[in-house]
Amino acid sequence: MENTKKRYWRGIEELKNEPDFVKNAHREFGDAPSADAKGGEIFDGTDSNRRDFLKVLGFGVSAVSLAACQAPVKNTIPYLNKPDDVEPTIANWYASTYIDGGDCSPILVKTREGRPVKIEGNGVFNTALSARVHASLLSLYDNEKLKSPQIAGKPADWKAVDGEIMAGLAKIAAAGGQIRIVSNTIVSPTTKKVIGDFISKYPTAKHITYDANSLSGLITANGGILPNYNFANAKTIVSVGADFLGTWISPAIFSSQWAKNRKLDSSKEGNKQMSRHYQFETIMSTTGANADYRATYKPSQEGLVVAALYNAVAAKVGGTTISSPAVKVENIEKAATDLVASKGASLVVSGSNDAEVQKVVVAINSLLGAYGSTITSGSSLNYRQGDDASMSSFISEVKSGQVGAVIFYNANPVYNHPKGAELGEALSKVALTISTNDRADETGILCKYNTPDSHYLESWNDAEPQSGTYSFSQPTISTIFLTRQAQSSLLKWAGQNADYAAYLAANWSSKLSGGYSAWSKALNDGVVQMTPSSSFNVPQTGLQDAIASIAKNYKSSDKLELAIYEKVGMGTGSQANNPWLQEFPEPVSKACWANYATVSLATAKKLGLAQEVELDTLEVEVSIDGKSVKLPFLVQPGQADDTVAIAIGYGRTKAGKSADGVGVNIYPFASFVNGNISFSNVGNVQVKATGEQAQIARTQTHNTVMAREAVVQETVLSEYQKNVKAGRYEPTILTAEGKKSAMDVSLWNGHKYNNHHWGMVIDLNSCTGCGSCVVSCTSENNVPVVGRQEVINRREMHWLRIDRYYSSDAQAEDLSGLEKASANPEVVFQPMLCQHCNNAPCETVCPVLATTHSTEGLNQMTYNRCIGTRYCANNCPYKVRRFNWFRYFQTDDFDFNLNNDLGRMVLNPDVTVRSRGVMEKCSFCVQRIQAGKLEAKKEKRRPKDGEIITACAQSCPTNAITFGDKNDPESAISKILAIEKEGRAFGVIEEINVSPNISYLVKVRNKDRAAVKEEAKVEHKEHS
Amino acid sequence: MSHVVSPIREKLVSGGKSYHDVTQDICRQVEGAPTKEWKIAFGISCVIFTYGAYCLGYTWWQGIGVWGLNKTVGWAWDITNFVWWVGIGHAGTLISAVLLLFRQKWRTSINRSAEAMTIFAVLCAASFILAHMGRPWLFHWALPLPNTFGSLWVNFNSPLVWDVFAISTYLSVSLVFWYMGLVPDLATIRDRAQTKASKFWYGLFSLGWTGSAKTWARYEYVSLILAGISTPLVLSVHTIVSMDFATSVIPGWHTTIFPPYFVAGAIFSGFAMVQTLLLVTRVTFKLEDYITIEHIEMMNIVITVTGSIVGIAYLTEFFIAWYSGVEYESYCFVNRATGPYWWAYWMMMTCNVISPQVFWFKKVRQSILLSFVISVVVNIGMWFERFVIIVSSLHRDYLPSSWAMFSPTRYDIGDYLFSFGLFFTLFFLFAKFLPVINMFEVKAVMKGVSTKYPKKQVAHKQIEKEDTKIGEEVSES
Repeated sequence: MENTKKRYWRGIEELKNEPDFVKNAHREFGDAPSADAKGGEIFDGTDSNRRDFLKVLGFGVSAVSLAACQAPVKNTIPYLNKPDDVEPTIANWYASTYIDGGDCSPILVKTREGRPVKIEGNGVFNTALSARVHASLLSLYDNEKLKSPQIAGKPADWKAVDGEIMAGLAKIAAAGGQIRIVSNTIVSPTTKKVIGDFISKYPTAKHITYDANSLSGLITANGGILPNYNFANAKTIVSVGADFLGTWISPAIFSSQWAKNRKLDSSKEGNKQMSRHYQFETIMSTTGANADYRATYKPSQEGLVVAALYNAVAAKVGGTTISSPAVKVENIEKAATDLVASKGASLVVSGSNDAEVQKVVVAINSLLGAYGSTITSGSSLNYRQGDDASMSSFISEVKSGQVGAVIFYNANPVYNHPKGAELGEALSKVALTISTNDRADETGILCKYNTPDSHYLESWNDAEPQSGTYSFSQPTISTIFLTRQAQSSLLKWAGQNADYAAYLAANWSSKLSGGYSAWSKALNDGVVQMTPSSSFNVPQTGLQDAIASIAKNYKSSDKLELAIYEKVGMGTGSQANNPWLQEFPEPVSKACWANYATVSLATAKKLGLAQEVELDTLEVEVSIDGKSVKLPFLVQPGQADDTVAIAIGYGRTKAGKSADGVGVNIYPFASFVNGNISFSNVGNVQVKATGEQAQIARTQTHNTVMAREAVVQETVLSEYQKNVKAGRYEPTILTAEGKKSAMDVSLWNGHKYNNHHWGMVIDLNSCTGCGSCVVSCTSENNVPVVGRQEVINRREMHWLRIDRYYSSDAQAEDLSGLEKASANPEVVFQPMLCQHCNNAPCETVCPVLATTHSTEGLNQMTYNRCIGTRYCANNCPYKVRRFNWFRYFQTDDFDFNLNNDLGRMVLNPDVTVRSRGVMEKCSFCVQRIQAGKLEAKKEKRRPKDGEIITACAQSCPTNAITFGDKNDPESAISKILAIEKEGRAFGVIEEINVSPNISYLVKVRNKDRAAVKEEAKVEHKEHS
Repeated sequence: MSHVVSPIREKLVSGGKSYHDVTQDICRQVEGAPTKEWKIAFGISCVIFTYGAYCLGYTWWQGIGVWGLNKTVGWAWDITNFVWWVGIGHAGTLISAVLLLFRQKWRTSINRSAEAMTIFAVLCAASFILAHMGRPWLFHWALPLPNTFGSLWVNFNSPLVWDVFAISTYLSVSLVFWYMGLVPDLATIRDRAQTKASKFWYGLFSLGWTGSAKTWARYEYVSLILAGISTPLVLSVHTIVSMDFATSVIPGWHTTIFPPYFVAGAIFSGFAMVQTLLLVTRVTFKLEDYITIEHIEMMNIVITVTGSIVGIAYLTEFFIAWYSGVEYESYCFVNRATGPYWWAYWMMMTCNVISPQVFWFKKVRQSILLSFVISVVVNIGMWFERFVIIVSSLHRDYLPSSWAMFSPTRYDIGDYLFSFGLFFTLFFLFAKFLPVINMFEVKAVMKGVSTKYPKKQVAHKQIEKEDTKIGEEVSES
């Protein structure tokens, strides 16, 4: 068909079909010059048309907005050559040893991708670790340590430092100048050998050992060693001022021994016997808080109490009594009766550092036949070896300019010795001063040479915590800074091969039968038991001289006296720059981030100090003979009247951001008795208010349980023996079908747990409140540190807290009376964490399902989904949920470990770091549960009981926490619950029917019921 | 809707106003230049708003840690303010919907500003919903929106989700209701407009209102329907808000009395707020003839009645706390009255229960000054009521170990000020640019044209003389 369609031309060019036109025909403006023709580019704008402009604009806008949306780039650098034993995401465990001065514990170190992230106890010896050991992990990543050796405060290299030091030492040695090595207790036999080598090179050298928390007197009284106490064998324990569950010698191990006799079993044939524990003390210590009977004395009465106890015991067993001034302290007679009754299984310990007092204690223990049963014969403990007298004479030597060179071997006497200030001033008289401390601390800053020692996790070492038991350290990470082990330094300066690892290996290969392979095995296991090298005989005491000395030094007075004590977390202050420890609430006072002056309520009234309200208190000035400190005061129930107590370990000035200026240094206030440091001062103690307001950061401000039986349930042993349900509170409701248990009436349908059902049992009877679990949890779960101000704002983030309640004398109806603690209260500790309720009130209220119930009974928190309404926290009856009020990491307001790259290396890579605005809480260590299940799945089996364990349960020195699968009838938790369901097991406030997955076991005190009532009456009278 | 007013009733509009006077009186504010009083008041609101916005901005930037909340007291001023504002927002709908259904003619001169107040109050409340979140930028997760997370939905068990529905429904219905009511008056202003801009804007928002019989008829249908929809909302919104507390396990929150108690409290505080604002508007805009002593008295009566209901609720809570024998519950109430927050409790009791009782005296009821003072006192009391319920219950719950105190920071206060700034800025904008009194409804209740005087023709003529257009509109209705 012919095309009849009309055609129009755009112009003559189209009709002619000119090539130039055809080329541009597709263009909107056909005759426009083409880009090619001009050779321009759209992006340089030389030849752009409208469309190009829009294109560029569109691209530009989207590119800019996309670029703005991009998250900051973080590079992950893969291994170029992967180390053989490092598998990403797989943890490696190494046996090692925690060593901090005389404190040492065999440990297992969990490392991930080459960095240590968690410390656990080494089961070969004793898994019990204190909070300080768990926290010491963070000290590894402290970026305020010295990053290289220094000469006169300026970074130098090791070669230059070694050269100058060796020249200096040679010069002094040649001139016959005195050389001193000053250290705290050294538990490492090989280190001692190194020091021996050094001394043989420089014969004028002498090794001075002292301890900040000295037990010099105890050592003297026991013939030069520390007795190896065994609390596990003791049926009656009397402690006079020894805080053996909190700070004394080796508290974690003592706790585990002590707890062995506190375990009860409600089954018919189960154990219903407990040890009885008497505590006499000035302050309310953790140990006193756990004692069955507790009485107070003033520091000036300490010797008299011991003497009175000796007399009471001697009178009963027919020993020679001695004449000593009378002392009015309760319970001495009763304690003596019980001690004698359980003769052969009795133990008396004293925290005194006065050798004469300790001699009387030795005499009591001899009378009671403690040697060989509660004090292990033929063995000694090595945790403290300090000699106060030699330290004092060293300080006078320095002052008189007799010392030519001094090496401070990881010791900081300028800070932590009572005469530190004198020493500091006199140090300029010493020609050659060297410090191996990890930082330029109070002592290090005064030394010409700082040759920083490596952290123990970067080091090779060995330790002998008790004679015959050796524990080994191996590095779990290469040195982070340019540090060198102090042993290597000493070897180097002694002109030997500076390789301490080789030295150690050679030493042990020769000692162990089996040579180098035995050494390898020993390193692998971490602990080796050998026949004790030291023999121990019952020391002979000059009792009469001791009594004479006591009569001279101890006189009861009405004057105000100062008691100096050690806090469970902070200790001597050696780890003061560790924010985990700074934020660790003291078990009894629940205070952190400072020390403070504690007084009893009666004393506070006498001094005209108003009792603190919540966290607000007054600043007081405590002065003795011209020395004074200003710090807040705190009313401490259970403290001896007319005493004021202040903790050591604070008031650091050169430790780092977290420690400097926190609290006051009380070491200079310690006095000397018989040449030994006495952690008290009975001089002219004055306490007066400065008129300034002050605050103490405390995690708990309400001290009593307000007679709420559903929260804490307790009984006494005699009642429990009659009825295993004694002390239980079982609420019932009257229904149409008669009385029913409150827990049987429910609107809930319940959950089905077809596979696992995780649960926990916490024995209130063996929990000492030591807080090891708190730090362990912090470490495992990346719990942020929030600092003093945020603790004051009541926002500490600890997933696990330990509630501490004092008893009150008031009747249950007297609500305002119930708020006041007794003058000498009974104390109960209650670890409180997410109860993983089966009918969880938090789960129903979350608008976005960020907190839900797992099929295994866990209450799980999905951080990503949380929008932060905090409704769940409000609706939690246990108040265990923690909110991220701020961004706690990489924020200058929270300048702790999470604010620097090194500090963040401590983070557990298996646990999310929570962002601002989300809720968090205990997860029952779900990462461990998942890891355990995966491990079992790989082996095609079910997880075995004990294989999956939460951090808190794992680190409890007394095994008060049992975690496991309630669906597995063979698990430990099922077995306990099967028995204790009809015995001591209860859920906290279970009547509101949230059905918690944590059961608590009733606390049982080994006390006479009558005595309890009578005491309460007496105290009540005193009060009113 | 017939506008029958009983002949024995007091006139609802005094001063012998004609329809034209009404139009003139109300439009004067809209059409004239801003008055000095308005400028000062608006200026102050803007300053407060700016300071508040800074505080809120800082709160959002830093995190809500800048508030005084803690691990034990997870809600304090944020939710107190939220509930307080929502409560205030109840009066508007009550006045316009419930009173409309009950044929309460006196509502006509106050319903417009009451509704406006409702909307602004709900906006203020909504600002606290956003502000109280830890991660407010994810607020939309509380809505049941389709998402890429699979079957991830909101938790329909959570009263907070119910809250989201309740508040958003309430806001949208109130907004529509208010706007609907504005349309005829906007048309009046449009028709009187002198400038191009106001012609355009009022023309735009009056939606081409013609004032024909058909339009009026449709208008009446819609307002009745909306009144019907709004009425249950008056009861449901605060009931649901109360369930935030009532469904929890916390002593002092876990109470079945909360829904009626909260609704009564909401009406109580709403009326008090309306009273406060009206008394101010009345004086500043010289509207004494429209907002008469009669109005003030009626409002005072409602305040006394609802205040007494609230008082009974307080006493009932105490009785039940004792009668239940639950140790935590009874401690909670003893603690409220005698614990560390006793002052807040007694503040609440004095302001809410005791102070409105003075309205039993007619003299007081008719005193403008006392009415104003007590309306303010009531709102202070109602703020403390929410503070007492939230903070005093939370701060000492089951475990004494976590007992803690709450004290506000400058950001708690600043963010509260923000809501005041927002509220008053919006309210003054409203007062300037929109008719604060519902002109056509007021005209409808004026005795001059009521059925009492059947001289419709005369009236009609008169109207034609004065203002043909408005006369038409009114007679149509």
